[in-house]
Amino acid sequence: MAPPKKSASGIRWSPWNLLLLVPLLLLITPFFNRSDPEFIGMPFFYWFQLLGVVVGVAATSTVFAMTKDKPTTPPGPGRDVDELDEGATR
Amino acid sequence: MKWTELVIFVLLFGVVTVLGFLAAKWKAGGTLDHLDEWGLGGRKFGSWVTWFLIGGDIYTAYTFVAVPALMFSSGALGFYALPYTVVLYPIIFLPLLRMWSVSRAHGYVTPADFVRGRYGSSLLALLVAVTGIVATMPYIALQLVGLEAVLRTMGINGSGIVGHLPLLIAFVVLAVYTYQSGLRAPALIAFVKDILVYVVIIVAVIYLPIKLGGWSEIFSSAKEKFDATPAAGDGVLLNANNQLQYATLALGSALALFLYPHSVTGVLASKGRNVIKRNMSALPAYSLLLGLLALLGFVAIAAGVAPITNQATGQPDTNTIIPVLFQNEFSSWFAGIAFAAIGIGALVPAAIMSIAAANLWTRNIYKEYFRKDATPKQEAKQAKLASLVVKFGAVAFILFIDPQFSIDLQLIGGVIILQTLPAVAIALYTRWLHVWGLIAGWFVGMGWGMVLLYSIPSANGKRAHFGGSALALDKLSLFGWHPFAGSTVQIYVGIVALVANLLVAVLVTLIARKLKAFNGMDQTRPDDYHVDDGDKKLRQIGAH
Repeated sequence: MAPPKKSASGIRWSPWNLLLLVPLLLLITPFFNRSDPEFIGMPFFYWFQLLGVVVGVAATSTVFAMTKDKPTTPPGPGRDVDELDEGATR
Repeated sequence: MKWTELVIFVLLFGVVTVLGFLAAKWKAGGTLDHLDEWGLGGRKFGSWVTWFLIGGDIYTAYTFVAVPALMFSSGALGFYALPYTVVLYPIIFLPLLRMWSVSRAHGYVTPADFVRGRYGSSLLALLVAVTGIVATMPYIALQLVGLEAVLRTMGINGSGIVGHLPLLIAFVVLAVYTYQSGLRAPALIAFVKDILVYVVIIVAVIYLPIKLGGWSEIFSSAKEKFDATPAAGDGVLLNANNQLQYATLALGSALALFLYPHSVTGVLASKGRNVIKRNMSALPAYSLLLGLLALLGFVAIAAGVAPITNQATGQPDTNTIIPVLFQNEFSSWFAGIAFAAIGIGALVPAAIMSIAAANLWTRNIYKEYFRKDATPKQEAKQAKLASLVVKFGAVAFILFIDPQFSIDLQLIGGVIILQTLPAVAIALYTRWLHVWGLIAGWFVGMGWGMVLLYSIPSANGKRAHFGGSALALDKLSLFGWHPFAGSTVQIYVGIVALVANLLVAVLVTLIARKLKAFNGMDQTRPDDYHVDDGDKKLRQIGAH
């Protein structure tokens, strides 16, 4: 018996995942390739990217916190024993 | 000979050796005679162990010496290591979870196992496995380059075979305890390595700038140095030509990292999806460290560090600048700790990499082509032996071939491992790309990547080929057509080859679908990509 509610593509999407795109801004170098303003003597180029680490952590942590309580497999009976045996998994 | 440093180094090395042997008993499962146990530590590492293990995998001895060395010689470009590790985790967050689940459900040990299951094609799996092994080998050799940089700084800088002897001893010891304990050995040693590394780097980035008059002092001496050199590509900021290179190098390295078999090994060894998610949030702590470490390259400029001449090659070795910086600026006992941190930092990834390569050999070549009926026990035995072969292969690289060759190969390694992205990462989401499209894309991406790398001369003009991974767009040619003629903007070769790979894969897929060619059997089911630890009826670990 197949589990109820199964998406055909097998992809489960949460809008929170979009947050993962934010850190990619660090790849757009013209944004930060300059020396001013400086911070404790470091050119902008350097401290801005170090700050990017914090943004990256915030993004992945938020997605983790917001998606961890969802069950990853839908409730209901699991798979047939037959499909788990040696023949099926090589 | 620097005795204090050497004694501390040897003592700490002794501690990790003992740990390496004890690791066999750590959280031991029923038997070590199964790849789930020897090759993946029982697939039950929790968040902490995984953090140290993957951290030990990514932030290697070579990173510690090479990233600051690149900053030292090229300036801002070397800082790409920071955005690389920042964009890394958000990119791999979701694919890795699918990889873990499907591997857990089916007992896959390597990325090639997954490809085999997804497409039922042993040819495609073989291509992925061979790519993985070839890309990993020079990476192991590079760990030795890192270790050797430290040894030479401590005064063990002999010429010929005698000069390599300490390296050989260190590697024999490593090989023996990895043989015995499997993945548990590097997992346990990684704790020691990371604690040492953290202490050393935090002390270095706080103490050294204060001692040398602050960051503004350091940046201005770096600027002075780069202004004085005739080379156009260096400087404290990026220039018009290397911005695209910076971004594509960061992106390409991030995409490549988790295609490397050793990173997959670290992930598959973890207990569940939440362990991975938690790690994707906590691992960037290392990125901060890496960024600060990179800046030590500029600190070395301010401190007037001169690289040591390698007696074996007669060339100044810029990879020694960080060890020399520590030696000049720290008291000898602390320098000893710092050197041990780098040295042990070489052992952890070298062990994981050799295990990953051994797993690939055993699962996807030995079992596929030589002994289809191998029992789990025979698989484990074969993998243990293969791990020895791989390690001594890496030592041979260093002993008999110019170390520069390993560095070139590592460069090539990054480009070629990227070519497995369609077959491994895209396949996690869809089987739309046809198996023949993937195979054709692999050949084109690989071939063109090699041709491009071959065409790049080194920046100092000493060598005509394999001189770097930065391609001027001007040189990009499609059967004689130069789409960007006259442009001096540089780009990372890996990305160019990957784009070609994807285009060909799509084209051939369209043709193959038109011809209704057989697309292989898929053993995985949509639900397999979401299984988690604790699910009922989950496949037993160590079962076959």
